[in-house]
Amino acid sequence: MTEATLVNPLETLVEHFPSGWVKKDDRPGYSGFIVEREHLLDFARAMRDDFGFDYLSMVTASDYLAEGIFDVVYYAYKTIGGPALVFKVQVPREDAVVPSLVALYPGADFQERELWDLMGIRFEGHPDLRRILMWEGFEGHPLRKDWKEPFYEEDVKPFKSRWPEGKPIHADDRNPFNDNVQYPTGFDPERWVPEAETLLYSGLQQTAHYEEFKTDELIVNMGPQHPSTHGVFRMVVSLQGEKIVDLKPVMGYLHRNHEKIGERNTFLQNMPFTDRLDYTTSMSNNFAYALAVEKLMGLQVPERAEYIRVIMAELTRIMNHFFATGFLLNDLGVYFTASLYAIEERELILDIFEEVSGSRMMCNYFRFGGVVRDVSDEVLKKIHNLIYDRIPRKLDQFDAYLTNNEILRTRCEGVGVLTADQAIALSTAGPILRASGVPYDVRRADPYSIYDRLDFDVVTGIHGDIYDRYLVRVGEIKESIKIIKQLLRDIPGGPILAGKPAYQVRVPAGESYGRVEGPKGELGFYIVSSGKPNPERYHVRAPTFINLTSLAPMSRGEKVADVVVILGAIDIVLGEVDR
Amino acid sequence: MSPEGLSKPEYQVPQEMQNQVALTTLDRLYNWSRKNSVWPMMFGLACCAIEMIAAAASRYDLARFGMEVMRPSPRQSDVMLVSGTVTKKMIPQIVRLYNQMPEPKYVIAMGACATSGGPFKEGYNVVAGVDKFIPVDVYIPGCPPTPQALLHGLMTLQKKIEGQSLKEVSWYQKGPGEPIPVPVLGPDLIDMRKAAVIRENSQPVADA
Ligand code: SF4
Repeated sequence: MTEATLVNPLETLVEHFPSGWVKKDDRPGYSGFIVEREHLLDFARAMRDDFGFDYLSMVTASDYLAEGIFDVVYYAYKTIGGPALVFKVQVPREDAVVPSLVALYPGADFQERELWDLMGIRFEGHPDLRRILMWEGFEGHPLRKDWKEPFYEEDVKPFKSRWPEGKPIHADDRNPFNDNVQYPTGFDPERWVPEAETLLYSGLQQTAHYEEFKTDELIVNMGPQHPSTHGVFRMVVSLQGEKIVDLKPVMGYLHRNHEKIGERNTFLQNMPFTDRLDYTTSMSNNFAYALAVEKLMGLQVPERAEYIRVIMAELTRIMNHFFATGFLLNDLGVYFTASLYAIEERELILDIFEEVSGSRMMCNYFRFGGVVRDVSDEVLKKIHNLIYDRIPRKLDQFDAYLTNNEILRTRCEGVGVLTADQAIALSTAGPILRASGVPYDVRRADPYSIYDRLDFDVVTGIHGDIYDRYLVRVGEIKESIKIIKQLLRDIPGGPILAGKPAYQVRVPAGESYGRVEGPKGELGFYIVSSGKPNPERYHVRAPTFINLTSLAPMSRGEKVADVVVILGAIDIVLGEVDR
Repeated sequence: MSPEGLSKPEYQVPQEMQNQVALTTLDRLYNWSRKNSVWPMMFGLACCAIEMIAAAASRYDLARFGMEVMRPSPRQSDVMLVSGTVTKKMIPQIVRLYNQMPEPKYVIAMGACATSGGPFKEGYNVVAGVDKFIPVDVYIPGCPPTPQALLHGLMTLQKKIEGQSLKEVSWYQKGPGEPIPVPVLGPDLIDMRKAAVIRENSQPVADA
């Protein structure tokens, strides 16, 4: 890294490359650079090695049907902090092939597979380009703008009345099969041979066989219905005795087409859908989406609303970390009783959410430019009591029973280790990244809302094992308490929403990326607006989805019982992984 | 269980024997014991599963209804709580799990998604209600249903169990029951029971 590149690389970046390689993206409302497809690998290598953008946070694409191109969009950051480097590759729709960046940034693995699956963009040089959310054999690439789902009504909402002349029309009745399905013409179900997942199984690494013992590798499918997988997640593991030789995660069992539905919805209609992404942290999801849209709209959020937002986001973090720790104990084998203690306080936080938003879990509380309802003094009093009394007491209990518990420590220390370099390369985020000793927290690295004014520490670990992840989570609860104390002390009065509440917001054309440090890591929303009431592209950077890239490297060589705990320590929620 | 619940009121047990003797019918005894130990299958699909966990936790405490014994295996469970969005990729497994459950078995569709597809109904990977494939006994509305609603749903199931009679229930009839054919993942989800319809409707439209 030379000094010149460290100081201000982005202004003069184009000049570092031979002419024609890179140009500025000067479409109105857009930012970043457009790189020629042939030079993408060289460009990315230079960015990583010379410019210090070591963390490829997000890969996505958007389909510009009218222009006939796909934009493949990359967001890279420096782990020492600072703004994003955005670069794009434009490819024609008929020839959607892009060089894969997996060799440079292993964290791109699942994201590129997702783009192949949903957009039909092929990544040349990807080691394992299979569908990831849908199954092999599925017809079409659903996120392409010209692909229509079986229950298709119109391109965008609001749809026409489903009750014309007072008679209801059911979606099912409009479909020839009376169901949510469609088939290519000439399809005969009796002749269909389902895919046998040979690619999945043959992709598993093999070890040298121990001839003298006559052992063989055993392939075990854990999930999709398995008590340890936190929902409908599946791991295919190959075992040599108790030891894990290789592991492949299989997901998509909860793929609810969030992005396709999101592109049909109006901007505001997406807000309740974001609740259902990571359904244990709905307030944080609202936050990130509101930030992304507000960036496009250029809205200034009133002070009181900012305070309320951060209070809610931090309460969500506390709640999530209690939940994660409780279920980590479940995975360790202390079945249910211990987690009952850990999730006791969660109910009290849910009570607060119910009081302010009307719903325990699906809060739908944020609006563009503020929040939907004000917080009463009584609620603030309740939060005060929780923060000063109940939650610290619970943390003491954790310390007394868990932190130095011998069983917990022997099961967790040195298991599932991820070094700092690995954690960065694999694009992990949140407690996983920080437990490996990388002090990267979006609240500090790229502050949003009022975090730049707040006093808190970024908690990090040293060893990058499960025990450190537990410690980081507990430490973050303490920091959240610290933050909420400051907010409760200083919360001002005033309005809670910029402008008047509106069902239909006007969002200027352009792209934007809003990200927050969610409890599970960097949660981001990538939005492209064309000035219409609906987003042109709506993409979610789901932290747990990308964190799962690190599951296989962490598990290889561990015992099969530990893989359950390793997965538990990643803290996945399938609603967000599969979207 | 109080004696009033179990004894049939037509047969008055003399006062002095009331603590030793209870008269009842086989149906009532059978249903009484069954309904108070319904073991759910431990199996959460989506957001609704979190509320299911909350219902099982200390505040709402499913154990009061004899339902806290969550079984990870379908072979030991009595009720399948379909708690969340049923996707096309998942439905073959759900049908398989259902087929593996021993009779008598019940299904509760918890939440809007399991009932009809809910907010995600228009999605290309979403099954519009689990009842397209497996029979459902109780539907619980809500997105997600609160733990109270779930408890109400389970009590409704208990009522249903109470009303069943040994003479009529399907699992004591002659011959084994038919398993539900497991759907297949093709270019889209294939329900094998509808194979003929699918073939017919997929034929190329003849040019007029
Ligand atoms: S009904 Fe609502 S809460 Fe339940 S799974 Fe569906 S979206 Fe989630």
